[in-house]
Amino acid sequence: MSAPAIVVQGVTKTFGETPALRGVSLSVAAGELFGLVGPDGAGKSTMFRVLTTLLVPDAGSATVMGHDVVRDLWAIRSLVGYMPGRFALYADLSVEENLRFFASVFGTSIEAGYDLIAPIYRQIEPFRDRRAGALSGGMKQKLALSCALVHRPQLLLLDEPTTGVDAVSRREFWDLLDELRASGLTIVASTPYMDEASRCDRIGLMQDGRVLAIDAPAAIGAQFPRALFAVHGGPRARMIAELRRYPFVASAYPFGETVHFSDRRLAESPDTIRRELADYLAVADLQEVRVAPIAPGIEDTFMELMGESPSVAA
Amino acid sequence: MNTPAIVARNLTRRFGTFTAVDHISFEVQSGEVFGFLGANGAGKTTAIRMLTGLLAPSEGEATVAGYDIRTAADRVRERIGYMSQRFSLYDDLTVRENIRLYGGIYGLQDDEIARRSEVMLGELEFTPPVTAMVRALPLGWKQKLAFSVALLHQPAVVFLDEPTGGVDPITRRQFWELIYRAAAKGTTVFVTTHYLDEAEYCDRLSIMVDGKVAALGTPAALKAEFSVASLDDVFVTLARGTASSGERSP
Repeated sequence: MSAPAIVVQGVTKTFGETPALRGVSLSVAAGELFGLVGPDGAGKSTMFRVLTTLLVPDAGSATVMGHDVVRDLWAIRSLVGYMPGRFALYADLSVEENLRFFASVFGTSIEAGYDLIAPIYRQIEPFRDRRAGALSGGMKQKLALSCALVHRPQLLLLDEPTTGVDAVSRREFWDLLDELRASGLTIVASTPYMDEASRCDRIGLMQDGRVLAIDAPAAIGAQFPRALFAVHGGPRARMIAELRRYPFVASAYPFGETVHFSDRRLAESPDTIRRELADYLAVADLQEVRVAPIAPGIEDTFMELMGESPSVAA
Repeated sequence: MNTPAIVARNLTRRFGTFTAVDHISFEVQSGEVFGFLGANGAGKTTAIRMLTGLLAPSEGEATVAGYDIRTAADRVRERIGYMSQRFSLYDDLTVRENIRLYGGIYGLQDDEIARRSEVMLGELEFTPPVTAMVRALPLGWKQKLAFSVALLHQPAVVFLDEPTGGVDPITRRQFWELIYRAAAKGTTVFVTTHYLDEAEYCDRLSIMVDGKVAALGTPAALKAEFSVASLDDVFVTLARGTASSGERSP
């Protein structure tokens, strides 16, 4: 078993009075696709800036590829490819000039890194003379990824690479990450989209500067503490109101076309819970009611853990 | 009320030789929650800029809240609210200052602003102090407050452009409860989102592909039409059909 790519222990970082990281510990194995999942303000970007040696933590320690982020920062910088959350390329340079610049900073050339970036860069190469600032959002994202990869890093850090990107482009981007991981690269990507999290080997759920849970996506879902049911039927607003009024309700949240419901009586069998709930809803003025047991997903567990954490979201 | 809140007829916008919005037609009823979906570059933003009276159409027509967007764009802007993920409130003003600013822009008197903001903050169960800088608010509160401020002048139609981007999953659901509450009072809600589970929360939705409305209907009807289990699949089926999603502009 090879050494871990990233080890973070008890890292804290505060900006003025605002704590961004409140004691974060995690590790990422070499070759892993690891997801940092959480809303804006959870501390994901601060974590990336510590790992890329751009920020010094107030307390705690972190190593990247065995190098300490404070003492060995120069060793880390050439081993890491980083795509920040905001577009950070030179808008007035062309596509090719940007890529050449990033290659030269690391003492290499486009040609030397070409085979690695080819699956991505070929899609924007027809526009190599266009100013980066004039590219569409999707093309900017591909150029930024090419620039982060051109020096053949061992670790790729992607801060919200798919925020504001439509569902189809997001899928395509994660397909690309699958290919890169298959080539042996270690990847850490952050996202506010829970559906993307399921494509990672393991994920860390972040909220308010803390890691709420770290595990494989399926195992995160399995952490949900109660039996969960998908309730169909409408009208939706009245269905939610009826479920919240149910004496044994523990949670009732809309999920797509259904409402996810859990019952606070842990001792009851799922079958009894389902039957009693169906009876309760049958007398309400609702249409096409169906109650079916389902396996909890990442988002179910995330909301459950948010409710338990000391500072609940507004 | 029988007049639809929004009527678009062959609404079209060209930029040079590029047709960003290509003869789109649809109606949105009063009090309806209407989802406006599409891949990046499909033409959603251009369509919204026309419907909010900020951009003149090249061809076609539309009325919003009963006013013609070509001949009465000022009236349209008075009768609509708008919020987006990128632009909502002023960070460097307090909660109260933001409310007064927006109320003032829409011509509300001070006592009226005070009365409405009290009702609004009460309904929101807003706990931070009104003297807090908006910058200091958690994102969830900021977005919920921005939505309520966009409704302060009691618009007929409110346009929400990706209002829940980056917001945590509980706040996202609270936000949709605010949307339902507004719709139940008769406000028409026109909303874009990249979260396809949220598309399920809309009464009806349209999906734009390459400047055209490629699908329009209730979530259930769209899934039936395309014989798929989820709106995600509807979206991917439509958007994958194009040359390259999101890369249409020259």
